[in-house]
Amino acid sequence: MRLEIKDLRVHYGKIEAIKGVSVVVNEGEIVTLIGANGAGKTTMLKTISGLRPVTSGQILFNGEDISKMPAFKRADLGLSQAPEGRGIFVGMTVLENLEMGKYNRKDRKKEMAEDLEKVYHLFPRLKERAFQAGGTLSGGEQQMLAIGRALMSRPKVLLLDEPSMGLAPLMIQNIFNIITEINKTGVTILLVEQNAQQALQRAHRAYVLEVGNVVKEAKASDLLNDPAVRAAYLGTGAH
Amino acid sequence: MDFALLRDAFWGLTFDGIALGAIYALISLGYTLVYGVLRLINFAHSEVFMIGTFAALVAASGIMGVKVEDDPRTGGSMILTLLVCLLVAMLASAITAVLVEIVAYRRLRQRGATKLATLISAIGVSISLVELFRIITDSLPREFPRIMEKTFLFSYAGADIRNDKVIVIIAAGLMMFALERFITKTRLGKGIRAVSMDENTSTLMGVNINRVITVTFFAGGIMAGAAAFFYILVYENTSFKVGFFLGISAFTAAVLGGIGNLKGALFGGFALGLMETWTSAVFGTAWKAVISFIILVLVLLIKPTGLFGESIQQARV
Repeated sequence: MRLEIKDLRVHYGKIEAIKGVSVVVNEGEIVTLIGANGAGKTTMLKTISGLRPVTSGQILFNGEDISKMPAFKRADLGLSQAPEGRGIFVGMTVLENLEMGKYNRKDRKKEMAEDLEKVYHLFPRLKERAFQAGGTLSGGEQQMLAIGRALMSRPKVLLLDEPSMGLAPLMIQNIFNIITEINKTGVTILLVEQNAQQALQRAHRAYVLEVGNVVKEAKASDLLNDPAVRAAYLGTGAH
Repeated sequence: MDFALLRDAFWGLTFDGIALGAIYALISLGYTLVYGVLRLINFAHSEVFMIGTFAALVAASGIMGVKVEDDPRTGGSMILTLLVCLLVAMLASAITAVLVEIVAYRRLRQRGATKLATLISAIGVSISLVELFRIITDSLPREFPRIMEKTFLFSYAGADIRNDKVIVIIAAGLMMFALERFITKTRLGKGIRAVSMDENTSTLMGVNINRVITVTFFAGGIMAGAAAFFYILVYENTSFKVGFFLGISAFTAAVLGGIGNLKGALFGGFALGLMETWTSAVFGTAWKAVISFIILVLVLLIKPTGLFGESIQQARV
């Protein structure tokens, strides 16, 4: 399952937020988009999942252009997202949140127990908290819930928006370990991150986004050693 | 002022207040449901109720052939007539509610209109429907034929318990229970709750927002239609302006409980029904609308989030 974005342009009113970006995510990869605030990272993910309309360009999911498809139908294709700010349904229990992740699956009932088991295996904490309201979870637990919920639909491609945001260092390690583990089960991942250090360590390939343009594309390990990237995003280069 | 009446007839008034409160609660559920998913006060909801009362009227006289001068029906014929009137009123109100959404709100929403534009559209629809029914009815009130003999079942502490109001209270309770089940247990109900908490994330989960909104208006309409039938069964008349006063009270009830919160709407409905009945015994029924306006103003001044102080986002419905 391959995700290919071709020459994508996205506007907020008259302002062009994405200025002709092309990104390829091959099956089995973790690809990361890094960049500063306002570079257009979240807009990229929102456009891929259909929350933002496309001005021009294509979003090819397994060769099919889905750029005009309504957002709620894209979930059924195997495209799943853990959104920015986690998007927890705060008044629902953890279990109900997870069930929402399977909202449209025809075989919901049959697969439910199986998929819950998988998610609980990755995040044992969610099982302990199953009947607690989503709003009562800590930030790290909410992030686990957002990722777990996205996995419930058995995605082929998983979009992760800033999974490390607002988390303690230990929890960040924990979350990224699990992201790697999910990828090893065959899920392709597109990861948007401000924590460039972690993202580049985990990803296979990376794109650097600056004010709506891709300014660099390379193997993640190469970017980790790139002086310009280190200076701009890792805060350690310019000694 | 007549405090003696309030004292002497307290339990009778309380019983009447609960019956009225049940009607308010059913209507206010519609305001609160729509507010939950759209963050919009559906000012046309009072007309959804109004149309329900006329639909019940048409069902009774047109479909079931009950005439105002007839004797009340009995046995199976009475039950059938009651049920047909209830169902027709619910259906008419629900369809009206859904049409209002499609005609007045959907296109605005899809073009990203401001809240104010949508609000004006809501008021416009409300006025149009009122005026339409003013023309249809020649501005005259309509009498509802008596379907069932109204008798006192028993007396308790000086309160005479009348059968039609008992039916209203029980049936309204059942409707509320059914709605609660629907919202918490069914897939569509969970969709409604999800959209009211986070619309974008719901879309990501594959929830069809437009469908959820349609279902929300339909459910609110069903409740308003049931309220309309219960109202006309007890009060036995309606007019094109019936929606205005009932709507204001039901809206006040929703705000009182905390708009967007289903339990708040129920609580607000019963609380307002009781307060209106008690206070109108003291000041006279002419003051009823004044009382609900005063309560509305007080709530907005003192606790704008309503008594429950939480929106549907936090509510464990």
